[in-house]
Amino acid sequence: MREAATLSETATPGGDALLSVSGLNGWYGESHVLHGVEFDVRPGEVVTLLGRNGAGKTSTLCAIMGLLGKRTGSVKFRGTETITLQPRHIARLGIGFCPEERGIFSSLNVEENLMLPPRIAEGGLTVERIYQLFPNLLERRRSQGTKLSGGEQQMLAIGRILRTGAKLLLLDEPTEGLAPVIVQQIGATIRELKKEGFTIVLVEQNLRFAASVADRHCVVEQGRVIDMIPNTELDNNIDKLHGYLGV
Amino acid sequence: MGQLLLGLINGSFYAVLSLGLAVIFGLLNIINFSHGAQYMMGAFVAWMLLNYLGIGYWPALVLAPLIVGATGIVLEKVALSRLYKLDHLYGLLLTFGIALILQGLFRNYYGISGLPYQIPASLSGGQNLGFMFLPNYRAWIVVASVVVCFATWFMIEKTRLGAYLRAATENPALVGAFGINVPRMITLTYGFGVALAAFAGVLAAPIYAVNPNMGADLIIVVFAVVVIGGMGSIMGAIVTGYGLGLIEGLTRVFYPEGSAVVIFVIMAIVLLIKPEGLFGRAA
Repeated sequence: MREAATLSETATPGGDALLSVSGLNGWYGESHVLHGVEFDVRPGEVVTLLGRNGAGKTSTLCAIMGLLGKRTGSVKFRGTETITLQPRHIARLGIGFCPEERGIFSSLNVEENLMLPPRIAEGGLTVERIYQLFPNLLERRRSQGTKLSGGEQQMLAIGRILRTGAKLLLLDEPTEGLAPVIVQQIGATIRELKKEGFTIVLVEQNLRFAASVADRHCVVEQGRVIDMIPNTELDNNIDKLHGYLGV
Repeated sequence: MGQLLLGLINGSFYAVLSLGLAVIFGLLNIINFSHGAQYMMGAFVAWMLLNYLGIGYWPALVLAPLIVGATGIVLEKVALSRLYKLDHLYGLLLTFGIALILQGLFRNYYGISGLPYQIPASLSGGQNLGFMFLPNYRAWIVVASVVVCFATWFMIEKTRLGAYLRAATENPALVGAFGINVPRMITLTYGFGVALAAFAGVLAAPIYAVNPNMGADLIIVVFAVVVIGGMGSIMGAIVTGYGLGLIEGLTRVFYPEGSAVVIFVIMAIVLLIKPEGLFGRAA
Protein backbone atom coordinates (compact mmCIF):
# COMPACT_ATOMS: atom_id res chain seq x y z
CA MET A 1 0.00 0.00 0.00
CA ARG A 2 2.73 2.38 1.02
CA GLU A 3 4.63 1.69 -2.17
CA ALA A 4 1.58 2.41 -4.29
CA ALA A 5 1.19 5.78 -2.59
CA THR A 6 4.85 6.50 -3.22
CA LEU A 7 4.42 5.75 -6.89
CA SER A 8 1.52 8.08 -7.43
CA GLU A 9 3.69 10.93 -6.22
CA THR A 10 6.71 10.12 -8.33
CA ALA A 11 5.89 12.68 -10.96
CA THR A 12 5.91 15.71 -8.67
CA PRO A 13 9.36 17.25 -8.76
CA GLY A 14 10.97 19.02 -5.80
CA GLY A 15 8.48 19.62 -3.03
CA ASP A 16 8.87 16.92 -0.45
CA ALA A 17 11.98 15.41 -2.05
CA LEU A 18 14.91 14.68 0.26
CA LEU A 19 17.32 14.90 -2.64
CA SER A 20 16.50 16.83 -5.75
CA VAL A 21 18.89 16.82 -8.69
CA SER A 22 18.18 18.98 -11.70
CA GLY A 23 20.15 20.14 -14.70
CA LEU A 24 23.28 18.59 -13.23
CA ASN A 25 26.31 18.88 -15.50
CA GLY A 26 29.68 17.51 -14.51
CA TRP A 27 33.25 17.41 -15.79
CA TYR A 28 36.30 15.26 -15.13
CA GLY A 29 39.02 17.67 -16.11
CA GLU A 30 38.21 18.58 -19.70
CA SER A 31 35.75 15.80 -20.39
CA HIS A 32 32.08 16.62 -19.98
CA VAL A 33 30.52 13.51 -18.41
CA LEU A 34 27.11 14.59 -17.08
CA HIS A 35 24.66 16.40 -19.35
CA GLY A 36 21.74 17.57 -17.28
CA VAL A 37 20.92 14.78 -14.84
CA GLU A 38 17.43 15.07 -13.29
CA PHE A 39 15.90 12.94 -10.56
CA ASP A 40 14.31 13.20 -7.13
CA VAL A 41 14.49 10.94 -4.12
CA ARG A 42 11.88 11.10 -1.39
CA PRO A 43 12.52 10.28 2.25
CA GLY A 44 12.61 6.54 2.88
CA GLU A 45 12.94 5.57 -0.76
CA VAL A 46 15.49 3.27 -2.33
CA VAL A 47 16.24 4.52 -5.84
CA THR A 48 18.69 2.90 -8.22
CA LEU A 49 20.69 4.40 -11.01
CA LEU A 50 20.88 1.73 -13.68
CA GLY A 51 22.86 1.87 -16.87
CA ARG A 52 25.74 0.52 -18.86
CA ASN A 53 29.38 1.00 -18.04
CA GLY A 54 30.41 4.58 -18.60
CA ALA A 55 26.83 5.87 -18.66
CA GLY A 56 27.55 8.33 -15.85
CA LYS A 57 26.12 6.54 -12.78
CA THR A 58 29.23 6.78 -10.64
CA SER A 59 29.89 10.31 -11.89
CA THR A 60 26.39 11.26 -10.78
CA LEU A 61 27.05 10.07 -7.23
CA CYS A 62 30.44 11.79 -7.19
CA ALA A 63 28.84 14.98 -8.48
CA ILE A 64 26.23 14.85 -5.72
CA MET A 65 29.09 14.60 -3.18
CA GLY A 66 30.97 17.43 -4.88
CA LEU A 67 33.84 15.14 -5.82
CA LEU A 68 33.89 15.86 -9.56
CA GLY A 69 36.30 18.51 -10.74
CA LYS A 70 33.51 20.83 -11.81
CA ARG A 71 29.73 20.71 -11.66
CA THR A 72 26.85 23.02 -12.50
CA GLY A 73 23.09 22.82 -12.16
CA SER A 74 21.28 22.12 -8.93
CA VAL A 75 21.58 19.50 -6.21
CA LYS A 76 19.24 20.24 -3.33
CA PHE A 77 19.34 18.22 -0.13
CA ARG A 78 16.45 18.87 2.27
CA GLY A 79 15.85 22.05 0.31
CA THR A 80 19.44 23.30 0.73
CA GLU A 81 21.29 24.07 -2.50
CA THR A 82 24.67 22.29 -2.37
CA ILE A 83 26.09 23.04 -5.81
CA THR A 84 28.68 25.51 -4.51
CA LEU A 85 29.59 23.59 -1.34
CA GLN A 86 32.77 21.62 -0.59
CA PRO A 87 32.41 17.83 -0.17
CA ARG A 88 32.94 18.05 3.59
CA HIS A 89 30.07 20.52 3.95
CA ILE A 90 27.82 18.39 1.76
CA ALA A 91 28.62 15.36 3.92
CA ARG A 92 27.77 17.33 7.04
CA LEU A 93 24.28 18.04 5.76
CA GLY A 94 23.64 14.34 6.28
CA ILE A 95 24.84 12.36 3.27
CA GLY A 96 26.89 9.18 3.62
CA PHE A 97 28.99 8.04 0.67
CA CYS A 98 30.18 4.53 -0.11
CA PRO A 99 32.46 4.69 -3.15
CA GLU A 100 32.73 2.10 -5.89
CA GLU A 101 36.27 1.11 -4.94
CA ARG A 102 35.00 0.89 -1.32
CA GLY A 103 37.72 3.16 -0.02
CA ILE A 104 38.87 0.98 2.87
CA PHE A 105 42.03 2.47 4.37
CA SER A 106 44.91 0.01 4.51
CA SER A 107 46.75 1.85 7.29
CA LEU A 108 43.69 1.58 9.56
CA ASN A 109 42.33 -1.55 11.17
CA VAL A 110 38.69 -2.55 10.78
CA GLU A 111 37.50 -0.75 13.88
CA GLU A 112 39.43 2.41 13.00
CA ASN A 113 37.89 2.32 9.53
CA LEU A 114 34.47 1.88 11.08
CA MET A 115 34.96 4.76 13.51
CA LEU A 116 36.58 7.11 10.99
CA PRO A 117 33.64 9.11 9.59
CA PRO A 118 32.69 11.65 12.25
CA ARG A 119 29.17 11.85 13.66
CA ILE A 120 27.33 14.55 11.78
CA ALA A 121 23.85 14.20 13.28
CA GLU A 122 21.89 12.41 15.95
CA GLY A 123 20.25 9.11 15.21
CA GLY A 124 23.02 7.06 13.63
CA LEU A 125 23.21 3.35 14.35
CA THR A 126 25.20 2.28 17.37
CA VAL A 127 28.42 0.35 16.84
CA GLU A 128 26.74 -2.67 18.48
CA ARG A 129 23.92 -2.53 15.94
CA ILE A 130 26.40 -2.31 13.05
CA TYR A 131 28.31 -5.32 14.39
CA GLN A 132 24.95 -7.08 14.70
CA LEU A 133 24.22 -6.35 11.04
CA PHE A 134 27.71 -7.46 10.02
CA PRO A 135 29.00 -10.01 12.57
CA ASN A 136 32.11 -10.67 10.43
CA LEU A 137 33.35 -7.17 11.18
CA LEU A 138 33.22 -7.77 14.92
CA GLU A 139 35.29 -10.92 14.60
CA ARG A 140 37.90 -9.17 12.49
CA ARG A 141 37.89 -5.75 14.09
CA ARG A 142 41.63 -5.80 14.81
CA SER A 143 42.59 -6.83 11.27
CA GLN A 144 44.03 -4.42 8.77
CA GLY A 145 41.14 -2.97 6.76
CA THR A 146 42.35 -4.18 3.40
CA LYS A 147 43.03 -7.72 4.66
CA LEU A 148 39.29 -8.38 4.67
CA SER A 149 37.59 -10.27 1.86
CA GLY A 150 35.83 -8.22 -0.81
CA GLY A 151 32.45 -8.85 0.79
CA GLU A 152 33.66 -7.90 4.25
CA GLN A 153 35.24 -4.73 2.88
CA GLN A 154 31.92 -3.84 1.29
CA MET A 155 30.15 -4.40 4.61
CA LEU A 156 32.72 -2.21 6.30
CA ALA A 157 32.30 0.51 3.69
CA ILE A 158 28.52 0.48 4.23
CA GLY A 159 28.75 -0.02 7.98
CA ARG A 160 30.93 2.98 8.64
CA ILE A 161 28.46 5.44 7.13
CA LEU A 162 25.57 4.09 9.22
CA ARG A 163 27.11 5.38 12.44
CA THR A 164 27.30 9.00 11.40
CA GLY A 165 23.64 9.97 11.51
CA ALA A 166 23.54 10.49 7.74
CA LYS A 167 20.03 9.74 6.51
CA LEU A 168 20.79 9.60 2.81
CA LEU A 169 23.21 6.89 1.71
CA LEU A 170 24.87 6.89 -1.69
CA LEU A 171 26.01 3.34 -2.46
CA ASP A 172 28.09 2.79 -5.58
CA GLU A 173 27.79 -0.79 -6.88
CA PRO A 174 27.89 -2.54 -3.51
CA THR A 175 27.50 -5.96 -5.18
CA GLU A 176 30.24 -5.62 -7.76
CA GLY A 177 32.45 -8.69 -7.91
CA LEU A 178 30.89 -10.41 -4.88
CA ALA A 179 29.68 -13.99 -4.49
CA PRO A 180 25.89 -14.56 -4.76
CA VAL A 181 25.52 -15.41 -1.08
CA ILE A 182 27.20 -12.11 -0.09
CA VAL A 183 25.05 -10.23 -2.59
CA GLN A 184 21.98 -11.68 -0.88
CA GLN A 185 23.28 -10.61 2.49
CA ILE A 186 23.86 -7.06 1.26
CA GLY A 187 20.37 -7.05 -0.27
CA ALA A 188 18.90 -8.08 3.09
CA THR A 189 20.89 -5.34 4.78
CA ILE A 190 19.64 -2.69 2.39
CA ARG A 191 16.02 -3.75 3.00
CA GLU A 192 16.72 -3.64 6.73
CA LEU A 193 18.16 -0.13 6.42
CA LYS A 194 15.13 1.01 4.47
CA LYS A 195 12.96 -0.24 7.33
CA GLU A 196 15.07 1.78 9.72
CA GLY A 197 14.24 4.89 7.74
CA PHE A 198 17.37 5.36 5.62
CA THR A 199 17.00 6.80 2.14
CA ILE A 200 19.28 5.15 -0.38
CA VAL A 201 20.55 5.94 -3.86
CA LEU A 202 22.08 2.83 -5.30
CA VAL A 203 24.21 2.56 -8.42
CA GLU A 204 23.77 -0.91 -9.92
CA GLN A 205 24.41 -2.97 -13.02
CA ASN A 206 22.82 -6.08 -11.56
CA LEU A 207 19.15 -5.72 -12.51
CA ARG A 208 17.95 -8.67 -10.46
CA PHE A 209 19.60 -7.31 -7.35
CA ALA A 210 18.25 -3.82 -8.03
CA ALA A 211 14.73 -5.20 -8.40
CA SER A 212 15.00 -6.98 -5.06
CA VAL A 213 15.67 -3.82 -3.05
CA ALA A 214 14.49 -0.70 -4.89
CA ASP A 215 11.30 1.34 -5.17
CA ARG A 216 12.24 3.00 -8.43
CA HIS A 217 14.89 2.74 -11.11
CA CYS A 218 16.38 5.68 -12.95
CA VAL A 219 17.98 4.67 -16.21
CA VAL A 220 21.17 6.60 -16.94
CA GLU A 221 22.58 6.89 -20.44
CA GLN A 222 25.19 9.26 -21.81
CA GLY A 223 25.23 11.42 -18.73
CA ARG A 224 21.49 11.92 -18.24
CA VAL A 225 18.50 10.10 -16.77
CA ILE A 226 16.50 8.94 -19.77
CA ASP A 227 13.76 6.93 -18.08
CA MET A 228 12.27 6.17 -14.70
CA ILE A 229 10.62 2.84 -13.98
CA PRO A 230 8.82 2.07 -10.71
CA ASN A 231 9.81 -1.33 -9.38
CA THR A 232 6.17 -2.49 -9.47
CA GLU A 233 6.08 -1.90 -13.21
CA LEU A 234 9.35 -3.63 -13.83
CA ASP A 235 7.80 -6.71 -15.43
CA ASN A 236 5.97 -4.65 -18.04
CA ASN A 237 9.12 -2.78 -18.92
CA ILE A 238 11.62 -5.59 -18.77
CA ASP A 239 12.30 -5.68 -22.52
CA LYS A 240 12.79 -1.95 -22.65
CA LEU A 241 15.17 -2.16 -19.68
CA HIS A 242 17.15 -4.98 -21.24
CA GLY A 243 17.47 -2.76 -24.28
CA TYR A 244 18.83 0.10 -22.16
CA LEU A 245 21.27 -2.12 -20.37
CA GLY A 246 22.28 -4.01 -23.47
CA VAL A 247 21.68 -7.37 -21.81
CA MET B 1 81.76 4.94 25.22
CA GLY B 2 81.95 8.69 24.86
CA GLN B 3 81.68 8.39 21.10
CA LEU B 4 78.71 6.08 21.42
CA LEU B 5 76.98 8.64 23.63
CA LEU B 6 77.78 11.34 21.13
CA GLY B 7 76.33 9.09 18.45
CA LEU B 8 73.19 8.59 20.48
CA ILE B 9 72.83 12.35 20.92
CA ASN B 10 73.28 12.98 17.21
CA GLY B 11 70.82 10.17 16.66
CA SER B 12 68.32 11.94 18.92
CA PHE B 13 68.43 14.98 16.67
CA TYR B 14 68.28 12.86 13.52
CA ALA B 15 65.25 11.04 14.89
CA VAL B 16 63.24 14.13 15.90
CA LEU B 17 64.08 15.96 12.68
CA SER B 18 63.47 13.07 10.32
CA LEU B 19 60.24 12.34 12.19
CA GLY B 20 59.03 15.86 11.43
CA LEU B 21 59.99 15.45 7.78
CA ALA B 22 58.23 12.09 7.63
CA VAL B 23 55.03 13.47 9.16
CA ILE B 24 55.01 16.37 6.71
CA PHE B 25 55.85 14.26 3.68
CA GLY B 26 53.22 11.67 4.58
CA LEU B 27 50.29 14.04 4.49
CA LEU B 28 51.47 16.96 2.37
CA ASN B 29 53.62 15.13 -0.15
CA ILE B 30 56.07 17.96 0.23
CA ILE B 31 59.74 17.48 0.93
CA ASN B 32 60.25 20.20 3.49
CA PHE B 33 63.66 21.61 2.66
CA SER B 34 63.19 24.45 5.11
CA HIS B 35 63.21 21.93 7.96
CA GLY B 36 66.82 22.73 8.86
CA ALA B 37 66.13 26.46 8.85
CA GLN B 38 63.11 25.88 11.09
CA TYR B 39 65.31 23.89 13.47
CA MET B 40 67.72 26.82 13.48
CA MET B 41 64.81 29.19 14.13
CA GLY B 42 63.85 27.10 17.16
CA ALA B 43 67.30 27.64 18.63
CA PHE B 44 67.25 31.35 17.76
CA VAL B 45 63.80 31.90 19.20
CA ALA B 46 64.96 30.28 22.45
CA TRP B 47 67.98 32.59 22.44
CA MET B 48 65.80 35.66 21.73
CA LEU B 49 63.31 34.72 24.43
CA LEU B 50 66.15 34.57 26.91
CA ASN B 51 68.07 37.65 25.81
CA TYR B 52 65.20 39.99 24.92
CA LEU B 53 62.46 38.85 27.27
CA GLY B 54 64.30 37.02 30.01
CA ILE B 55 62.37 33.83 29.40
CA GLY B 56 64.44 30.81 30.31
CA TYR B 57 65.06 27.36 28.86
CA TRP B 58 62.04 25.46 30.17
CA PRO B 59 59.34 27.87 28.98
CA ALA B 60 61.29 28.24 25.72
CA LEU B 61 61.13 24.50 25.19
CA VAL B 62 57.36 24.93 24.84
CA LEU B 63 57.15 28.48 23.48
CA ALA B 64 59.74 28.28 20.71
CA PRO B 65 58.09 25.28 19.00
CA LEU B 66 54.72 27.04 19.29
CA ILE B 67 56.08 30.25 17.77
CA VAL B 68 58.02 28.56 14.98
CA GLY B 69 55.11 26.17 14.39
CA ALA B 70 52.85 29.21 13.96
CA THR B 71 55.18 30.61 11.30
CA GLY B 72 54.94 27.21 9.62
CA ILE B 73 51.16 27.45 9.66
CA VAL B 74 51.30 30.85 8.02
CA LEU B 75 53.73 29.55 5.42
CA GLU B 76 51.46 26.60 4.64
CA LYS B 77 48.37 28.78 4.36
CA VAL B 78 50.00 31.47 2.24
CA ALA B 79 52.29 29.48 -0.01
CA LEU B 80 52.52 25.69 0.30
CA SER B 81 48.79 25.10 0.02
CA ARG B 82 48.91 26.41 -3.54
CA LEU B 83 51.37 23.75 -4.65
CA TYR B 84 49.69 20.46 -3.73
CA LYS B 85 48.34 19.83 -7.20
CA LEU B 86 51.75 20.36 -8.77
CA ASP B 87 54.82 18.16 -8.92
CA HIS B 88 56.87 17.45 -5.74
CA LEU B 89 59.59 19.58 -7.24
CA TYR B 90 57.72 22.84 -6.70
CA GLY B 91 57.31 22.25 -2.98
CA LEU B 92 60.96 21.32 -2.76
CA LEU B 93 62.05 24.47 -4.57
CA LEU B 94 59.80 26.72 -2.51
CA THR B 95 60.88 25.31 0.83
CA PHE B 96 64.52 25.35 -0.28
CA GLY B 97 64.19 29.03 -1.21
CA ILE B 98 62.56 29.79 2.11
CA ALA B 99 65.41 28.04 3.93
CA LEU B 100 67.92 30.25 2.11
CA ILE B 101 65.93 33.39 2.92
CA LEU B 102 65.66 32.47 6.61
CA GLN B 103 69.36 31.64 6.88
CA GLY B 104 70.25 34.86 5.08
CA LEU B 105 68.06 36.94 7.37
CA PHE B 106 69.51 35.49 10.53
CA ARG B 107 73.05 35.75 9.14
CA ASN B 108 72.43 39.41 8.36
CA TYR B 109 71.33 40.27 11.88
CA TYR B 110 73.30 37.86 14.02
CA GLY B 111 76.41 37.00 12.03
CA ILE B 112 77.75 33.50 11.67
CA SER B 113 79.95 33.25 14.70
CA GLY B 114 77.37 31.65 16.91
CA LEU B 115 75.63 32.88 20.03
CA PRO B 116 76.11 31.24 23.42
CA TYR B 117 73.16 29.65 25.22
CA GLN B 118 73.70 28.32 28.71
CA ILE B 119 72.68 24.86 29.82
CA PRO B 120 69.83 25.37 32.31
CA ALA B 121 71.07 25.26 35.90
CA SER B 122 68.87 22.30 36.77
CA LEU B 123 70.66 20.21 34.13
CA SER B 124 74.26 21.32 34.55
CA GLY B 125 76.82 18.93 35.95
CA GLY B 126 76.76 15.23 35.30
CA GLN B 127 76.93 11.69 36.65
CA ASN B 128 80.01 9.59 37.00
CA LEU B 129 78.91 6.18 35.78
CA GLY B 130 82.25 4.57 36.64
CA PHE B 131 83.23 3.78 33.04
CA MET B 132 82.38 7.27 31.78
CA PHE B 133 81.18 10.73 32.73
CA LEU B 134 77.60 11.43 31.63
CA PRO B 135 76.68 15.13 31.43
CA ASN B 136 73.11 15.61 32.67
CA TYR B 137 72.13 17.79 29.76
CA ARG B 138 73.16 15.13 27.21
CA ALA B 139 71.17 12.51 29.05
CA TRP B 140 68.22 14.89 29.00
CA ILE B 141 68.47 15.30 25.21
CA VAL B 142 68.20 11.56 24.74
CA VAL B 143 65.30 11.23 27.18
CA ALA B 144 63.42 14.22 25.74
CA SER B 145 63.81 13.03 22.16
CA VAL B 146 62.72 9.50 22.99
CA VAL B 147 59.63 10.82 24.79
CA VAL B 148 58.73 13.16 21.94
CA CYS B 149 59.29 10.50 19.29
CA PHE B 150 57.25 7.93 21.17
CA ALA B 151 54.45 10.42 21.87
CA THR B 152 54.30 11.36 18.19
CA TRP B 153 54.31 7.74 17.11
CA PHE B 154 51.56 6.95 19.61
CA MET B 155 49.45 9.88 18.47
CA ILE B 156 49.69 8.94 14.82
CA GLU B 157 49.39 5.16 15.10
CA LYS B 158 47.08 4.68 18.07
CA THR B 159 44.68 7.60 18.41
CA ARG B 160 41.61 8.72 16.57
CA LEU B 161 43.29 11.91 15.43
CA GLY B 162 46.09 9.77 14.04
CA ALA B 163 43.54 7.61 12.22
CA TYR B 164 42.24 10.73 10.46
CA LEU B 165 45.79 11.58 9.53
CA ARG B 166 46.63 8.15 8.18
CA ALA B 167 43.36 8.00 6.26
CA ALA B 168 43.91 11.45 4.77
CA THR B 169 47.41 10.38 3.72
CA GLU B 170 45.87 7.53 1.75
CA ASN B 171 42.78 9.14 0.27
CA PRO B 172 42.20 12.80 1.16
CA ALA B 173 39.19 13.17 -1.16
CA LEU B 174 37.25 10.39 0.55
CA VAL B 175 38.13 11.63 4.03
CA GLY B 176 36.78 15.02 2.96
CA ALA B 177 33.61 13.33 1.69
CA PHE B 178 33.05 12.03 5.23
CA GLY B 179 32.84 15.61 6.47
CA ILE B 180 36.38 16.03 7.78
CA ASN B 181 38.19 19.30 7.16
CA VAL B 182 41.26 17.96 5.40
CA PRO B 183 42.84 21.31 4.45
CA ARG B 184 42.85 22.37 8.09
CA MET B 185 44.35 19.04 9.09
CA ILE B 186 47.11 19.52 6.51
CA THR B 187 47.86 23.01 7.84
CA LEU B 188 48.07 21.79 11.43
CA THR B 189 50.20 18.82 10.43
CA TYR B 190 52.71 21.11 8.76
CA GLY B 191 52.71 23.31 11.85
CA PHE B 192 53.30 20.25 14.00
CA GLY B 193 56.19 18.98 11.86
CA VAL B 194 57.79 22.41 11.96
CA ALA B 195 57.28 22.60 15.73
CA LEU B 196 59.14 19.29 16.06
CA ALA B 197 62.07 20.82 14.19
CA ALA B 198 62.00 23.86 16.46
CA PHE B 199 61.86 21.61 19.53
CA ALA B 200 65.03 19.90 18.34
CA GLY B 201 66.50 23.36 17.81
CA VAL B 202 65.85 24.36 21.43
CA LEU B 203 67.34 21.07 22.63
CA ALA B 204 70.41 21.79 20.52
CA ALA B 205 70.85 25.42 21.57
CA PRO B 206 72.91 24.78 24.75
CA ILE B 207 75.29 22.24 23.18
CA TYR B 208 75.78 23.52 19.65
CA ALA B 209 76.39 27.22 19.13
CA VAL B 210 73.23 29.00 18.01
CA ASN B 211 74.12 30.09 14.49
CA PRO B 212 72.30 30.57 11.19
CA ASN B 213 73.94 27.60 9.49
CA MET B 214 73.38 25.04 12.22
CA GLY B 215 70.36 23.64 10.39
CA ALA B 216 71.91 23.61 6.95
CA ASP B 217 74.77 21.43 8.19
CA LEU B 218 72.51 18.98 9.93
CA ILE B 219 69.66 18.72 7.46
CA ILE B 220 71.73 17.09 4.74
CA VAL B 221 72.42 14.16 7.06
CA VAL B 222 68.78 14.10 8.15
CA PHE B 223 67.65 13.79 4.54
CA ALA B 224 69.97 10.84 4.16
CA VAL B 225 68.37 9.34 7.28
CA VAL B 226 64.91 9.84 5.81
CA VAL B 227 65.92 8.22 2.53
CA ILE B 228 67.37 5.23 4.40
CA GLY B 229 64.33 4.89 6.67
CA GLY B 230 61.82 5.31 3.87
CA MET B 231 59.91 8.45 2.97
CA GLY B 232 56.80 8.93 5.06
CA SER B 233 57.34 6.05 7.49
CA ILE B 234 56.98 7.21 11.10
CA MET B 235 58.61 4.26 12.81
CA GLY B 236 61.24 4.13 10.07
CA ALA B 237 62.24 7.73 10.71
CA ILE B 238 62.61 7.15 14.46
CA VAL B 239 64.48 3.85 14.32
CA THR B 240 66.86 4.90 11.55
CA GLY B 241 67.45 8.23 13.29
CA TYR B 242 68.81 6.61 16.44
CA GLY B 243 70.39 3.70 14.59
CA LEU B 244 72.39 5.86 12.22
CA GLY B 245 73.48 8.15 15.03
CA LEU B 246 74.93 5.12 16.78
CA ILE B 247 76.52 3.77 13.62
CA GLU B 248 78.10 7.14 13.03
CA GLY B 249 79.42 7.13 16.61
CA LEU B 250 80.83 3.61 16.22
CA THR B 251 82.52 4.54 12.97
CA ARG B 252 84.17 7.43 14.78
CA VAL B 253 85.72 4.88 17.15
CA PHE B 254 86.84 2.28 14.64
CA TYR B 255 87.48 4.30 11.51
CA PRO B 256 87.37 8.01 12.34
CA GLU B 257 88.10 9.11 8.76
CA GLY B 258 84.87 7.45 7.62
CA SER B 259 82.51 8.90 10.19
CA ALA B 260 81.51 11.87 8.05
CA VAL B 261 80.51 9.76 5.08
CA VAL B 262 79.26 6.52 6.61
CA ILE B 263 75.61 7.61 6.54
CA PHE B 264 75.84 8.53 2.89
CA VAL B 265 77.50 5.25 2.05
CA ILE B 266 74.64 3.43 3.78
CA MET B 267 72.19 5.62 1.88
CA ALA B 268 73.75 4.65 -1.43
CA ILE B 269 73.63 0.96 -0.52
CA VAL B 270 70.01 1.15 0.63
CA LEU B 271 69.03 2.99 -2.54
CA LEU B 272 70.63 0.26 -4.62
CA ILE B 273 69.09 -2.65 -2.74
CA LYS B 274 65.77 -1.30 -1.44
CA PRO B 275 64.98 2.03 -3.13
CA GLU B 276 61.81 2.62 -1.07
CA GLY B 277 63.89 2.65 2.14
CA LEU B 278 64.16 0.14 4.98
CA PHE B 279 60.69 0.84 6.36
CA GLY B 280 59.13 2.45 3.31
CA ARG B 281 56.07 1.36 1.45
CA ALA B 282 56.83 0.31 -2.10
CA ALA B 283 55.76 3.09 -4.41
